[in-house]
Amino acid sequence: MFPRPIQQSGKGVQWLYTFALPVALVIWLFPLLGVALTSLRPASDLAQGNYFGMPSGIAWENYVYIFTETPIGQYMVNSLWVTIPTVIGAVTLSLMTGFALAVYGFRGNILVFFMFVAGNFVPFQILMVPVRDMTLQLGMYDTWYGLALFHIAFQTGFCTLFMRNFIKALPFELIEAARVEGVAEWRIFWFIVLPLMRPAIAALSVLVFTFIWNDFFWATVLTQGVDSQPITAGLSSLNGQWIAQWHLVSAGSILAALPPVAMFFLMQKHFIAGLTLGAVK
Amino acid sequence: MSQAADAGAVVPARRTSKRWNQRTLAPWLFLAPGLFMFTVYVLWPIVQSITLSFYDWNGLYNADGDFTGTFVGARNYAELMTDPAFETSLWNNLKWLVLYMAALPIGLFIAIFLNQTVRGIRLYKSLFFFPFVISQVVVGLIFAWFYAPNFGLFYLLTETITGKGTAILANPDLVTYGIIAAGLWPQIAYVVILYLTGLNNVAPDQIEAARLDGAKGWRMLWYVVLPQLRPATFIAVIVTVIGALRSFDLVSIMTSGGPFGSSRVLSYYMYEMALGEFGFRMGYGAAIAVVLFAIMMIFISGFIWKMWRDETER
Amino acid sequence: MVHKKAGALAVMAALLMSTSAMAQDKRVVTWNADYDPIPLAAAEALIADFEAANPEIDVQLTNFDHEAYKNAIRNFLTADPPDLANWYAANRMRPFVEAGLFADISDVWANNGLMESLASSVPSSTIDGKQYAIPYTYYQWGIYYNRDAYAAAGVEVPGPEGVNWETFLANCEKFKAASIDCVTTGSSALWPVAGIFDYVSLRTNGYQFHSDLAAGKISWTSPEARAVFENLGKLQPFVTENHAAIDWQDAAAIFVQGKAANYVMGNFAVGVFKEGGMTNDNLGFMVFPEITPGIARAEEAPTDTIHLTSGAKNPDDAKAFLAYMASPEAQTKWNAAVGQLPTNKNATVDPADPFLTAGFQALSTATGGIAQFWDRDADAEYAKAGMEGFQRFLVQPEALEEILAQLEATRTRLFPQ
Repeated sequence: MFPRPIQQSGKGVQWLYTFALPVALVIWLFPLLGVALTSLRPASDLAQGNYFGMPSGIAWENYVYIFTETPIGQYMVNSLWVTIPTVIGAVTLSLMTGFALAVYGFRGNILVFFMFVAGNFVPFQILMVPVRDMTLQLGMYDTWYGLALFHIAFQTGFCTLFMRNFIKALPFELIEAARVEGVAEWRIFWFIVLPLMRPAIAALSVLVFTFIWNDFFWATVLTQGVDSQPITAGLSSLNGQWIAQWHLVSAGSILAALPPVAMFFLMQKHFIAGLTLGAVK
Repeated sequence: MSQAADAGAVVPARRTSKRWNQRTLAPWLFLAPGLFMFTVYVLWPIVQSITLSFYDWNGLYNADGDFTGTFVGARNYAELMTDPAFETSLWNNLKWLVLYMAALPIGLFIAIFLNQTVRGIRLYKSLFFFPFVISQVVVGLIFAWFYAPNFGLFYLLTETITGKGTAILANPDLVTYGIIAAGLWPQIAYVVILYLTGLNNVAPDQIEAARLDGAKGWRMLWYVVLPQLRPATFIAVIVTVIGALRSFDLVSIMTSGGPFGSSRVLSYYMYEMALGEFGFRMGYGAAIAVVLFAIMMIFISGFIWKMWRDETER
Repeated sequence: MVHKKAGALAVMAALLMSTSAMAQDKRVVTWNADYDPIPLAAAEALIADFEAANPEIDVQLTNFDHEAYKNAIRNFLTADPPDLANWYAANRMRPFVEAGLFADISDVWANNGLMESLASSVPSSTIDGKQYAIPYTYYQWGIYYNRDAYAAAGVEVPGPEGVNWETFLANCEKFKAASIDCVTTGSSALWPVAGIFDYVSLRTNGYQFHSDLAAGKISWTSPEARAVFENLGKLQPFVTENHAAIDWQDAAAIFVQGKAANYVMGNFAVGVFKEGGMTNDNLGFMVFPEITPGIARAEEAPTDTIHLTSGAKNPDDAKAFLAYMASPEAQTKWNAAVGQLPTNKNATVDPADPFLTAGFQALSTATGGIAQFWDRDADAEYAKAGMEGFQRFLVQPEALEEILAQLEATRTRLFPQ
C-alpha cells in the first residue's frame, strides 16, 4: 500500500494525521461552508454588513421565500423532467449499441465505436447553432423533450463507451454457449447479457443524472422560460434578479446542489465505479 | 434463461445459415436507434456548423421561412485573424489548459493524503469529492461571492494582508486566474477520485519489494507508484483537457467575459457571437466553433490513437 | 384579455366557456410583450379601454420575461408571428426591418397626424423614409444625486438645472477628500458606462457628433473623439473603483447608503433608489453638466416601441390599436402608471412626481436633440465594441491609445470607407 499506512508510524504522527484531516477538509470546503451559512443568515444581517460575524438568528425563511416567491420549485421539477427521461433514454440506447459493438465482430465495428467515443469529446459549440435551429424547426424549442432528446443523443456517446467495455469484460463463453444452443440474438441480449448489466446500469444512471442535472450550456441554448428551464439556467436568471441578495443566491445554490449530492451519497459506490472506468486496468 | 435454452435445444442445427444472417443483421439493428440519434444530433450538426462558418447569417428566416444568409467564403476566418477578442480568447484558453494541469499534482497529493484506513476515512473521502458533484453554476456563484468587492472573503483577506482589497473579477489582468481557480476546485476533486481508485489498485507486492530495496518517499512515488498509476493519469489528463476547453459555465456565470472581454474563452466568445444580446452572427460564431473543434481534435485524435493501440494489442 | 405564456390552458378553457358567445364574433389582435408587473397592469388597463371603445375587437396580450423576450422575438417573428410585438427604436429594430419581419406602418403615422404629435420620435422610428414603429414611452437619463452625501461632504446641493463642468469636477475633489465616490456606476453589464460616455460626448461635441459617431462616420482618433476621452479622463479618478465587477443595482446600494454622491442613470432607477430607502427629500435629479459652452443641450431618452409584424393575421385592427397607443390619452394613462414619459407631445405627466416633471422639463427644453442611447443608436456589434472600450478606459485610462486603435479598427471593418 502506498503511502505507508499511518498505523505503522509513531503515535505523534498518527495524532497529527487525525488532527490534519478535519482541518484540511474545512479548508477544502471553505467556500461551500460559507455559502451554506450565508443561506441561513437573515437578510438584515447582510444589510448591516454582518457577512461573517455571528448571525443574529437562523433564517429558514430564506428557503421559504425562494420556494414561495420564486419559481425555484418549478425549475427543479423541470430539471427532473429533463434528467429522468435522459437517463432512461441514454442507458437504453447505449445498452443496445454497447452490446452490438462488444459482441459482434462486424466490419466497421471499431470505426463506429471510435465515432461514438470521439463524438463524446467534441466541444458543444460546434453543435450549438444547428441543434438549436433544428429544435426550433421541429417546434421543440423551450420544451423539456427538446432538451432531453439532445441530451439522450449526446450522452449515448459516453454511455456506449462504458457499456461496450463492460460487456467486453463479461465472460464471452456465456454467449458462445447460448449460440451453440441456437438461442436467438435478441434473447441472448435480453436474457443473458442484460441481467449481468445491473451494476453498469446503476453506475451510468447516477453519472448521467449528475451530468444532466448540472448541465447549464444546453439549458441556456434550448430553453428560455420558467415553464421549461432547468434549475441551472433558472438559478442563473434568478441570480440576475437577486443582485446583492446573497442570502437568496446562497439558498438557491444549496438547493440546486442538493439532488446530485444526495444521489452521490446514496449511490457512491456506483458513482465512483462509473467515473473511474478505465482509470485502472 | 432456461426457457431460452430450451427453445434453442429443439431447433435443429440446419438453421445455421439463418443464424449467420441473423448475426450479420443483429448488430446493425441494435445499433440503429443509437446511431440514428447520434448522427442527427452530433455528426450532422458538425457538418452543418462547418458549412455555416462560410456564411454570414444573423439567425433570422424571412417571413416565408427562407434562410437569409449569404455565402462569404473564408471571410469569417480572415476576420478571426485580426480580431483582438479572438486573440484574447485563444490566450485565455491556453492559460486554462496549462493551469488546469495543476489539478493533476494537487489531486495526486490529496489522494495520497487520503489513502489511509483510519476511522471515518470513507466519509472524509466523500466530502472531498463534493465539489465535483456540484453544478458549475453553483461553483461559479460560490466563487463570485468569495471574490465580491468590499465584502467577499477573498477581498477582505487581501485587504487584511496588503491593506488594499483586490477585486479579482474587476481586474483585467487577474480575472482569468480567478475563474481558473474556481474551475480547479471541482477538477481537483475529480482527479482525487481517479487517483484514489488508482492507488487502491497499486500492486502491494511491488511496493513491499521496493520497500525492502530501501525505496521510500519521492523515489518510491516516482519510480514505483507513478508508473502503476499511468492509466489513472491518462484519464485524468483527458478529462482535465476537456474540462479546460469546455470552460463555458464559469465564465458565463462569473463575469460574462468581462471586464471588457478580458476573461473570454473560445467557448464563451462563440456563444456571445452567435446568441449573445449584441451577437447573432451565426456564421462568425460557427467559425470560432470550428477553431475550437480543431484544437479539441488534436486531443481527441491522441485519445483515439491510444485506444486503437490498446484494442489491437489485445 | 391577457394570458400568461403557458399553464394557462385551464384559465383559457374557463374563459372560452364563459365568454364563448361573445368571443365568437370578435376579431382577435395578438400582441407579444415583455413587461414587468407594473407596466403589464398598465397595458391591461389600456387594452380594457380599447376593447370598451371597440367591442368587436379582442386584444390578446402574451407576456414574456424581459430577458427571454430578446431571444424569443427572433423565433416567433418567423415561426408564429403575433399581430403586434414590442421592441426598440432606431438601430435595434433594423435587423427585423431588413429581414422583412416588421411591416411598414407609414399609413398609421400619416392618417393620425403622428408626424406632428410624435415629432421628436420621427427619426428613431424611420428607416429609409418609412415608419416601422409606434413609440409610446421614453424616460430621461441624467444625474441622480444623494443630498445626504452632499451634506456630509459639505458640498453645495445643485438645482435641477445642474452645475457646470468645472464646478462638478471641483465638487468631485471635495467628495474624494470626504471618502465619498463622486460618481458611481456598476458596469458588469457594460451598458451603464455607455450612459456616462454618451453624456460626456453630447456635452463635448453635441448631438450630431454622437449620432455620427454611433453611425461609424467619425474616426476614433479624430481630435473631437479624443476631446471626449480627455473629458472622460477627468471624471475617471472619481468613479467607484471596481465598478466593472458589480451590477448597476449594487452601485445603487452604494449610492443609497451615501457612499457615492452622483449616479448617471435612467429614470427607471428611481424605483430602486426608493426601495433602498431614499425619498424625494434626499434624492435629487439634475441634467448632466455643460462642458463645451454654447453647445445646444441634448439628452438621452431611450424609446420603447410597438411594431406591426409582416405575418400579422389581422393587420387592420392591429393598426387601429397602434393608432390608439400613439394617442395622448393612452400615453398619458400608461406612462402615469409606469412612471415614464409619454412621447406624444399632447399627453400630460403627473405634476406630483418631481423626477417626471424634471425629466419632462429637461427633454422638452433639449434643443440639441434626443439621443436613444449608445446601444440603440449604434449597430449591435459596433455598440458592444464601443462599450467595452468605454469600460476599459474607465478602468485603464493609460491604455487610451490601444483602445482608440481597436475601436478604429472595428469601425473601418464594419463601415468600409
